[in-house]
Amino acid sequence: MRPESHHDAPLAVTVLVSVGRHPLTGRGRRADQDARGVELSHTLTGAAVELLHAGRLDEGSEAALRGYLGMGFESLSLLEQPAGADVLPALAEALEASGPQLVIAGERAEQGEGSGLLPYLLAERLGWPLVSGLAAVEEVKEGVATLLQALPRGQRRRLQVRLPAIVTVDAAAPAPRQSAFGPARRGDVDVQAVPARDDADLAQWQAQSARKRPKRLKIVKAASARDRFKAAAAKAQGGGGQVLTEVTPEEGAEAIFKLLKEEGVLR
Amino acid sequence: MSDIRRRDPRKEWIARNRLHPQHLEVLAALGRGTGEEAASEWMGPHGLIRRNPRAVGFIGPNGVKRIDRSGAQQGQRAGGARASAAASKPRVEIAAPAFLVAVVPDMAGGRLTGHDRDLLGLARQLADADPAARGAVLAVVFGEHKEDDFEGAGVDRLLHLTGPEIDGFAPEARLGALVAMDRAWGPRHWLLPDSKLGGADLGRRLAARLGERPATGVWQLEADGEAPLGWRCTARGAAGTLDFQRPMPRLVLALAECAEPVSETRHAAEPLALPEALPIQLSRIQDLGQVAVDPAGVALSEAEFILSAGNGVRDWDAFHHAAEMLGATEGASRVAVDDGFMARDRQVGATGTWVTARVYVAVGISGAIQHLQGIQTCDKVVAINMDPGCDMIKRADLAVIGDSAKVLEALVALVEKSREEKRNAA
Repeated sequence: MRPESHHDAPLAVTVLVSVGRHPLTGRGRRADQDARGVELSHTLTGAAVELLHAGRLDEGSEAALRGYLGMGFESLSLLEQPAGADVLPALAEALEASGPQLVIAGERAEQGEGSGLLPYLLAERLGWPLVSGLAAVEEVKEGVATLLQALPRGQRRRLQVRLPAIVTVDAAAPAPRQSAFGPARRGDVDVQAVPARDDADLAQWQAQSARKRPKRLKIVKAASARDRFKAAAAKAQGGGGQVLTEVTPEEGAEAIFKLLKEEGVLR
Repeated sequence: MSDIRRRDPRKEWIARNRLHPQHLEVLAALGRGTGEEAASEWMGPHGLIRRNPRAVGFIGPNGVKRIDRSGAQQGQRAGGARASAAASKPRVEIAAPAFLVAVVPDMAGGRLTGHDRDLLGLARQLADADPAARGAVLAVVFGEHKEDDFEGAGVDRLLHLTGPEIDGFAPEARLGALVAMDRAWGPRHWLLPDSKLGGADLGRRLAARLGERPATGVWQLEADGEAPLGWRCTARGAAGTLDFQRPMPRLVLALAECAEPVSETRHAAEPLALPEALPIQLSRIQDLGQVAVDPAGVALSEAEFILSAGNGVRDWDAFHHAAEMLGATEGASRVAVDDGFMARDRQVGATGTWVTARVYVAVGISGAIQHLQGIQTCDKVVAINMDPGCDMIKRADLAVIGDSAKVLEALVALVEKSREEKRNAA
């Protein structure tokens, strides 16, 4: 996105992108959350957005990375790192050098350990605040960003954070646009060689494809066979529910209102 | 009174001897009552259940002894016995723990979630692994809570931190508290839930601050003498497609159902306080509070508060108005959907959506088994119904028998009144 003609400097935004993995075919693709991050950067008016990736450029990853270029970018910086390297120092140095105001990342990677720690480690190392699980950026003004954080159950929370900051996007962020083929082909991948550090721990762990987790059985701790049978055959019951009969509608409504208040669902 | 049971052989002997002049008063003293009320089961002095088969049953109308095995008679007694057993679960006190296992539960809605209980179960496994040197489970709770069963969940020590600076979304202040705790007590293990409710975020922040490499998405744990902490764990990685087998680090972010929750013992849940006051720090993140979202736009399966309508609703405009006023997501039973009053995607139950709401208000729903299945995981169910005998009333935590339209109208009036008062006060 090109910065608009504005009297002050455009907001410098860096989006960290990674190579994803298609859940069914296992092929490389745009990582879903990173693509959402890129889409989020498009919603910022007057921002100069840069894409940054640390990894290898090979047949598998090139198509995936060009997928991001097809979302309306002319170039992508790639810090060359071998497989199984710790990309934290390379990324931290690159970010320190370029000094963006806002760094957008996905919540966790779709390949490798996928622990979701990288944004936190970057924030700790750079000393920047971090906000996780973003749904939208509402406004950036005078070095303060107003953000909308996605909470479970479809709720949203409004936060203000002082820039520079790192934010991670949630699956609630706007869905990424389709990648355009032509711009993706024409786009430029700018490869920079940087020193790499091996991730020694990861190499020691045994990785295997995920086993299906055992389903938890409903364990009934009962002394007698009769109790066990009753527990197995019983319908779901609240147990000790309060029943108000012969009350006026007002009294009934009062009781319900009290419960709703206690549970904190009324705003 | 002490828990040690003392036997009095003389009294027992009198209790057995029906001809003894003091027989009745001794029976009363032993708490066994008289005649047909004699207990058929009781806890013996060594914790064994003793049975008196002669006390089972009753004398029928024809003078023949009858034993009712349908549960009508014994069921109540068994229920009572179980209720007292819950109160008398063995209490475990760990006075001088060899180490601490720190757990930071999510406490969504102010209560321990199922995930939190699983995590506390995992913490108990770690703490109780070596009976010679038992650890204590320390739970850290931020903000006000409504939980009253920390003892039963397996908490030995409870650190309850409150204050305006850690309310709402305050990861930096909470992180400061956890770091202060780490410095003060140096727990051997840190366990946090890997959940969207806040545990995943806080745990990763803590890992970055402490410089520990955590295990994330842990779902299995086994003892391993060669690992530094004596445990190996299996962790999900790569968007749930890989399992990593690795030695367990100090900080673990565990998935739900990583262990069985504690159910057989009670623990002390002794309150603790931090040795020094929390450092005051300037937060760079400011919480402006929750934003009102359109409840109709929230997916039914993840809505927090559902107002659901069934066959008993006649005035649909009033129902929609009530849902809007309460800020609830609308649901419906199958009948209401089939009759065309609600959209198909609003149907709750086995053939519709399985909901996870915290509060579910059923208006005019009698509670078919398919519908009750759909609301199995709801915490609080409120029923408004005309029929006091229906299944929904049995399931509900609060049931109001009456005309649903009138009750809803009164409820809307109450909500409007409280809003008005709040506005006037502000």
